[in-house]
Amino acid sequence: MAKILIYSAKDTLALELLSAARLIAGETGAEIVALTINDDDQGRILANVGAHVYRVNAPDLVMADVAAVADVIAQGVQQLGAGVVLLSSDRRGKELAGSVAQFIEAGCITDISAIQVNNGRIECQRNALGGATVATQYIEGDKQVLAIAPKAFPAASGEGGSISELQITVKPSGIKVRETKTKDSDSVNIEEAAVIVAVGQGLRSKEDLAMVEALARSLGGVIACSKPVATDKKWLPEDRVIGLSGKQCKPDLALLFGISGQVQFTVGIRDAKTIVAVNTDENATINQMADYILTADMHEVIPELNRLLG
Amino acid sequence: MNIVVAMKQIPDLQQIRISNRRPVLQDVPLTFGGIDKSALEAAVVLKESLGEVKVWVLSAGSEELEDTVKEALAAGGDEAYLVIDQSLAGADSSIIAQVLAAGIKQLNDVDLILFGEGSGDNYSGQVGARVARLLELPLVSYARDIKIDGDTAQVVRVLEDCEEVLEVKLPAVITVLSDIGEPRIPSVTQILKAGKKPKQTAELDDLGISAGQSNPVITLSNLAPESNRKRIVVKNPVELVEKLKSENLIGG
Repeated sequence: MAKILIYSAKDTLALELLSAARLIAGETGAEIVALTINDDDQGRILANVGAHVYRVNAPDLVMADVAAVADVIAQGVQQLGAGVVLLSSDRRGKELAGSVAQFIEAGCITDISAIQVNNGRIECQRNALGGATVATQYIEGDKQVLAIAPKAFPAASGEGGSISELQITVKPSGIKVRETKTKDSDSVNIEEAAVIVAVGQGLRSKEDLAMVEALARSLGGVIACSKPVATDKKWLPEDRVIGLSGKQCKPDLALLFGISGQVQFTVGIRDAKTIVAVNTDENATINQMADYILTADMHEVIPELNRLLG
Repeated sequence: MNIVVAMKQIPDLQQIRISNRRPVLQDVPLTFGGIDKSALEAAVVLKESLGEVKVWVLSAGSEELEDTVKEALAAGGDEAYLVIDQSLAGADSSIIAQVLAAGIKQLNDVDLILFGEGSGDNYSGQVGARVARLLELPLVSYARDIKIDGDTAQVVRVLEDCEEVLEVKLPAVITVLSDIGEPRIPSVTQILKAGKKPKQTAELDDLGISAGQSNPVITLSNLAPESNRKRIVVKNPVELVEKLKSENLIGG
């Protein structure tokens, strides 16, 4: 039986992939192998929780050349006899997914939020139609590349793994890295927040963000936004965007101000436990998915909330 | 210099209704994905700064594509190359990638191929990477900025925790973030002229694409998620705070 191969450049995501692989292997009986590339520390981390790690050390490989990394993974798939490849659906992993799939001529599903195995079939859930729907899909065939969304699975634990070396060849790269700028490490991750205060295009000016910040602070939450507030108006950074091409958030409480509720946005917040929608339009789509609805101008509501909670 | 922008024909997502958890696609007009439109904008901006550039719009889809593509030609595309087949609407990424790669081979001296980082509907993000592999070209995804200098592109790739400034040998495949540029709104004159811009159309047979596919993705169901929200209307902030406090959602 073809093996399951897992790879992510990020340790936490690789551990989540190991959990997903074990779920599949529990049903299909397939053997799991983990690949690490130029990352001995990750090899130890995965082996410590029971993974059979194959370590690639390729000093000439440009890790930013995703197609070259995909080539290495494809060689790993070939040498180790893998059929199902699990990758992380962060940006690096998603870029790899299409590339690896084409290298090994596999079917590919990305952004997988859940997996169920039925009669050996790996059925995956992912958003479709811009988030309006959730599709259940599987790949018919023995070559499958599945990219799994961060946090869809818990990090694996266990013991009794092993580490072996894998030899691969690296072709010359057409990509040079001039600079890598790490983003501010103290920047907020809205995906982790228990309380989110989000604003949309109903927000009149950048100056009004101050009152929104104050509200988020008094609730112990973080400020987030719909895509146009960051992309068009540039009032908040891109990492605060909720939605299909932004972050998928699961807070206990989400207060949404001046957001109309297009699916590309709501897909990123529909897993919140409680949703409050404040909008001037009593027929706003967002009200359909809110627990509490207040039809009013956010510019009047937020100062009052700040007084009540201050 | 030839820049190809690959664009996906999708239903206008704002106009999709849900009935009994099923999406209703009847009578929903077709358009191009939002991020694809940003990719086109990036190509047009490069043309404006470099001069001698031809911007090709490449797409594969149903015959309505001949109409949909006018939108892209109005927004700055110079010529369209369309692969038309009813089976291509909603086809698997692996098929579309083969079709687009074959289409690109029909165009001469392509220097740069741009994609949106994900389509507006499925946002699967595979096709650009697959095309790069099929054409054996370098690949950079998630670009926020592209500058061309001779036969190299300087690209800023934005990841979750860092940004990379890369130098890429052309020809190359680059997928872009919507941040790269807000699509321009064409003027009435541009819209009128778009109908007269050159268009080439091809069928699958012309490209030698066979219908067979290994490892296809099968969709078992596609339903809107169930929502059991309370939808309680409150009259004012005081009432809202009371409700949230009673549920222990906020302190005090």
